[in-house]
Amino acid sequence: MAEATSKGKTAAMRPIAPHLQVWRWHVTMAASILTRATGIALYGGAIIAAVWFTALMLGPDAFGLVMALLGTWAGKVVLFGLTVSVFYHLAAGLRHLVWDAGAGFQPGTANMTAVAAMAFALVASVVVWALALQTGAVR
Amino acid sequence: MTGNDFRTPLSRARGLGSAHHGVSGFLVERTTSIALVPLCLWAVYAAIKVAPLGYESAVLMLRQPVNAIMSLLLISVSFLHMREGLKVVIEDYIQTHAARILALLLNSTLCWGLWSVAAFSILRVAFVGGPVL
Repeated sequence: MAEATSKGKTAAMRPIAPHLQVWRWHVTMAASILTRATGIALYGGAIIAAVWFTALMLGPDAFGLVMALLGTWAGKVVLFGLTVSVFYHLAAGLRHLVWDAGAGFQPGTANMTAVAAMAFALVASVVVWALALQTGAVR
Repeated sequence: MTGNDFRTPLSRARGLGSAHHGVSGFLVERTTSIALVPLCLWAVYAAIKVAPLGYESAVLMLRQPVNAIMSLLLISVSFLHMREGLKVVIEDYIQTHAARILALLLNSTLCWGLWSVAAFSILRVAFVGGPVL
């Protein structure tokens, strides 16, 4: 598309990239942002995992300290957040793999899978934590 | 310049534009994501199993070959995936050339460094057990 400007030249109407400040809120947009956000959260989770393995190597004192920190309320909130992040990022990743195969781009399908990924993350996290509490893995 | 090539000879000489190895990054992200489907499901399972254990039981659990191998795979594939993933985020949001290079180097250093420490810890516990003087 071209449009006449005040100077009489033509300026191309370039497509505008999605951006938080100019883009209307939509579930697929939220799903995309959540994929990145949970990915970055899991970066932190991998650092925690690396620290945990290192503490196990260092001995009972270091291990006890890491486990005590993870066992606090703040630690449990972080671990629950990481559980939601694992399941959401997993579902979002599967969605991306389907897209890479060239399917699932219809607006209705994309909306549905976005909501499904979010619902799966919440339900799976609650189920896992309920099981963990029930079996005494988490107190 | 010929036909559809919009780049100037100078930009081509300076090596700007596509480096022609973007596909490898794309493929690393995809192949690692497929491997991480079973690995992160195992991670959730293993985390619940190890959570109530004391130090010695946790060491014994990681000394089981299956757990040591799965832990090593989990850490290795995760850090590869994370390095590619955060690389894309850095390239998207950090515009200043120097800051971008610094962030990319920091990302690689953190991923390779933490992978080395975690992998060494897993192997040491698996082969030697707890702390040995």
